[in-house]
Amino acid sequence: MMVSKLIILVVIVLGAILIAQIMKIQRTLSEITGRKEEEISQKNNRLNANLMLLFMIVLFGGFIYLMQEYGWTGRGSSASKHGHDLDWLLNLNLIIILIVFFLTHFFLLYFSFKYVKKPGVKAYFFPHSSKLEMIWTFIPASALAVIIILGLTIWNDVTSESSAEAIRVELFSKQFDWTARYSGKDNKLGKFDYKLTLDNNQLALMTTNTIDSAIQNMETGPQGIKTLEAKLKDKNFVTSKEEKQKIKDAIDRKSRLVRLLYQMKNRYDSKMDVMAWDDIIQKDTLYLCVNKEYEMTFRSKDVIHSAYFPDFRVQMNTVPGMTTRFKFTPDITTKEFIKKNNKPKDFNFSLMCNKICGGAHYKMKMIVVVLDEKEYNDWMSSKANATFKDKYFAKTN
Amino acid sequence: MAEVINGETHGHQEESFVSKYIFSYDHKMISKQYLMTAIVTGVTAMILSILFRIQLAWPGESSDFLSLFLGEQWAPGGVLKEDMYLGLVTIHGTLMVFFLLTGGLSGTFSNLLIPLQIGARDMASGFLNMLSYWLFFLSSLIMLVSLFIETGPAMSGWTVYPPLSALPQSISGSGMGMTLWLVSMAIFIASSLLGSLNYIVTVINLRTQGMSMMRLPLTVWAFFITAIIGVLSFPVLLSAALLLLMDRMLGTSFYLSDIIIGGEMLTNHGGSPILYQHLFWFLGHPEVYIVLIPALGLSSEIIATNTRKPIFGYKAMVGSILAIAFLSFIVWAHHMFVTGMNPFLGSVFVFTTLLIAIPSAVKVFNYITTLWKGSIIYTPATLFIIGLVSSFISGGVTGIILADAALDIMVHDTYFVVAHFHVVMGLSAVFGMFAGVYHWFPKMFGRMMNTTLGYIHFWVTLIGAYGVFFPMHFIGIAGAPRRYYDYSVYGDFDVDQYAMIVDLNVIITIFAIIAALGQVVFLYNFFYSIFYGQRATQNPWKANSLEWTTPVEHMHGNWPGELPTVYRWPYDYSNPEHEEDFVPQTVPLKEGETAH
Repeated sequence: MMVSKLIILVVIVLGAILIAQIMKIQRTLSEITGRKEEEISQKNNRLNANLMLLFMIVLFGGFIYLMQEYGWTGRGSSASKHGHDLDWLLNLNLIIILIVFFLTHFFLLYFSFKYVKKPGVKAYFFPHSSKLEMIWTFIPASALAVIIILGLTIWNDVTSESSAEAIRVELFSKQFDWTARYSGKDNKLGKFDYKLTLDNNQLALMTTNTIDSAIQNMETGPQGIKTLEAKLKDKNFVTSKEEKQKIKDAIDRKSRLVRLLYQMKNRYDSKMDVMAWDDIIQKDTLYLCVNKEYEMTFRSKDVIHSAYFPDFRVQMNTVPGMTTRFKFTPDITTKEFIKKNNKPKDFNFSLMCNKICGGAHYKMKMIVVVLDEKEYNDWMSSKANATFKDKYFAKTN
Repeated sequence: MAEVINGETHGHQEESFVSKYIFSYDHKMISKQYLMTAIVTGVTAMILSILFRIQLAWPGESSDFLSLFLGEQWAPGGVLKEDMYLGLVTIHGTLMVFFLLTGGLSGTFSNLLIPLQIGARDMASGFLNMLSYWLFFLSSLIMLVSLFIETGPAMSGWTVYPPLSALPQSISGSGMGMTLWLVSMAIFIASSLLGSLNYIVTVINLRTQGMSMMRLPLTVWAFFITAIIGVLSFPVLLSAALLLLMDRMLGTSFYLSDIIIGGEMLTNHGGSPILYQHLFWFLGHPEVYIVLIPALGLSSEIIATNTRKPIFGYKAMVGSILAIAFLSFIVWAHHMFVTGMNPFLGSVFVFTTLLIAIPSAVKVFNYITTLWKGSIIYTPATLFIIGLVSSFISGGVTGIILADAALDIMVHDTYFVVAHFHVVMGLSAVFGMFAGVYHWFPKMFGRMMNTTLGYIHFWVTLIGAYGVFFPMHFIGIAGAPRRYYDYSVYGDFDVDQYAMIVDLNVIITIFAIIAALGQVVFLYNFFYSIFYGQRATQNPWKANSLEWTTPVEHMHGNWPGELPTVYRWPYDYSNPEHEEDFVPQTVPLKEGETAH
C-alpha cells in the first residue's frame, strides 16, 4: 500500500515537471524561431485531423465492445405483459438513434479529418441552401412522427384503467421499507387516514375501532393531550421556557388532530369496517400470481419514494398526501424466469426505491416472488387467519 | 494611473486598485471575475464528484483521499457516510448546473462579448453589472460554506424535492444546510436576473451603427435569447424556493400533506409535493437551455472562424435557437411522467418534448455542413467545438428515449438519465466553455495560451468524458437507480447484475480520475499563460467580429476614438469576392457586392 502510494506520488510529481519542461522548451523555441502561438503548424493540423479519425474508431469500437460485453440493453427480458411492448418500443428507438448516432458521428469526424487546412486551398463559400435545410428539417420530423405515434399508443395502453377483476394491492412506503397490503376476499382495500397511525396500525387503516383507538391515544395516551397537560403543570418536570413552549405546541397540534378525528368519527359509516378487516398486511416479500392483472396503488408515510420494479417495467412515485396507481400483469413465474434466462438460483425479482428519500435510500427494497396459481392460492390460504383483524384487533367482533 | 483615454462620451472614474480589480464597472473585468469564480466552483464540484465516484467504485473501502477531504466526521476511517454521499451529489450538481454553467458561462462570455461584438462602450448599466457579479460571488460563497457546517450541506439532490428537503427530521442535510442552499439560490437568482436584464437591454439599445439584428454574431443571439429565457423562468424558481422556505420556517403547507416523520404526526394538510416539481421544472427545463445555448453560440462563432467558412444557415441557426427557447417553456413535465400526474398531460408533454429534436437536429446538421469543404485550423478551441458537436449528438439522441413517456417508465431516475444529461448538457456546455476560454483568452488577458497543452487537455478530456459516460448508459439501461450509495441491494436480487454494475463503476471512476487530472493541465496552462503567455496580437485568429478591432490592452470604453461602423454580417470567410479569406465587419461593401 505504501509503495503504490509512493509510486502515484512520484508519477504526479514527474508529470508536473514534464509539463513545466514542455512549456519551457516551447517558450524558448518560439522565442528563437519567432513562432506564434496562433499560427498552427501544418504538422499539428494533420496530427489532430488524424486523431479525429482515430477517435472515430475508438468511439465506435468502444461502443460495440460495451454492447457485446454487457448485452444489447443489459436488462433481462420482461416479466410482465406490457413490458414486452415497452421492450419492443425501446429496441425500435435504440435502432433509430444508433443509426443517427453512427451516421452523424461518421460525417462529423470524417469531415474533421478530411477538410483539415491544406496549403493554398481556400474554403468553399457556402452560406446556406434552403433545399438542404428543408431536407434536414423534414427527415427528423417524419422519424419523430413515427416515434411519437407509437410511443403514445403504448403509453395510453399502459396507463389505461384496469379491468374490474384486477387484484387490488397497495404498497405502503416509508423511510426505509415497503409494506404490501392485499385487499383480501372482497378485493376491496380498506380506507385509511394518516391520523389513525398507531403502533399496531402502522398503515392507518380506517375502522370504527381504529378511529376510537386513535382518539383515545391522542387524548390520554402516553404522549396524549392529558398527559402533556399534566406535565406542563408539574414544576419538577418542566424547567426551561423552551420546553414549556414545545409542550404547548404539541398540545395545540394534538388538539387540532383530535378535533379532526372526531369529525371523522361522526361521518364514518361502520359498514365500511369489513373492507379493512379482511386486508392482509405483508412485509419483506411481495407474492404475486402469474397471469393475473394487478391494480397497484401506492402510498407514502413521510417523503416521496418511488416503487420501481425493473423486471416488470413498472415505476411509480409514492407521494405523501396522495394515492398513485399502476396496473400490470406478471406473465412469468420466478422459477420459469430463472430457467429461461439462465439466472443464478437465488435470483429474485426486485422492488427498489428509486426516488432519493434519505440516507438509507439505497437499502429500501422488497423481494418480489411470482408464483403459479396453485402456489399462490396455497400461500393465500396460509394467510387466511392473518388478516388485519386477526392480527391486530382479534378481540373485537 | 488616472489616465483619461480619449473619452469624449464615456465618463471615466479614477482607477484605484479597488475600483479596477474589485468593484469594477468594466464589463471586461467583470467577465474575468465571473470566470475566476466559476473556475473555483467548477474545481470544487469536480473534486466532490471524484469523492463520491471513489465510494461507487470501491464501496466501503477505506480511502485516504476521502479522509483527507472529509475528515473523521463525514468519512470515519476513510469510509464515506451515507448522508454525506447524498450531500456530495447534491452540491456537485448544484455547483455545476447553476454556478459553473449558468452563472459562470453566461457571466463570463455574455459580459465579455456582448459589448465588444455589438460595438458598445460597456453594458447598459455598469453598476447593475457589478452588483450582479457580487451577488453571484456571495451566493457562491454561501453555497461553498454550506459544505462545512456541522449537519452537512443540502442532501436531497440538486432538485431538492420536498418533503425530503422540507423536513429536517428526514435527513441531516435538510436542516441548516438546506436553509443555506435556499438563501444562496435566492441570491443567485437575483444576480442572474440583474445580469440578464442588463444583457437584454444592452443588445437591444447599444448596437453600433449598421449592426442590425441580422448582422449580430450568433454568440450575441445566443446570449440574448438565453437572457430572455432566464428572465422568464428564474422568477418561478425563486417563488418555489420561497414557498419551500415558508414551509420550512413558518409552518405553511404548500408542499406538505398528511405526513408522519420521525414519529411525529404533522398537521399539514392539503399541500402537494408535486406542485413543487411543477414550479421547479418550469425553471429546471429552460435552465438546461440556459446552460446549453450560450455554448452553442460560442461554437457557431468559433467553428466559422476556424473552418474559414461562413456558418451554414445563419437564419436557420437563429430560428432554431428561437424555436428551442420557445419550446423549452412547454416541456417541463417530461421530468414528471412517473409522479402520478394525469397520463393525458403526460402525452402532451411527450409531443412538445420530441419536437425539440427538430431544431436541435437542424443545428447539428448545420455544424457538420459548416465543416464540409472547410479549411479547418486545429486550435484547441476548434477541437473543443468538435467535441461539443459530438457530445450534443450523443446526448441528444438518448433524449429521444427519455422523452417517450412509455420508455421513461423503464429508465426514469436510472443512470441512463444521469448519462444523458451529463453528456448533452454537462459535456456540451463545458466543452463550449473551454473552447470559449481558449479562443477569447487573448482578448481577456492579452496573451496566448499554450497550444500543445491545449491539445493534451482536449484529448484527455474527451477520452475521459466518453470513458465516464458511455458505460453509464449501460448501467442505466440495465436498470440501476441513481443516487445509490452502493448497489449491495442487488445481492438479494441478481448477483450477475451486481457484478456488471460494480465492474462498470470501477471503469467509470478510473476514467473520471483521468479526466480530472486532465483539468490540471488546463489550470496550469491557464494561470501560467495569464502571466507568462506569449503576447497576443490584435486579431490572432483572423476573425471578422468587432471584438478583434479593439486594442489588445484593455481600456474603458473599448475603442479609442469613434465606435466602429458595421457594413456586413460577421461570417464573410473565404468570400470569393475578396482576396483575403476573412472580411471584418467594419470593411465597407465593395462596389457591386451584395450584402448577405
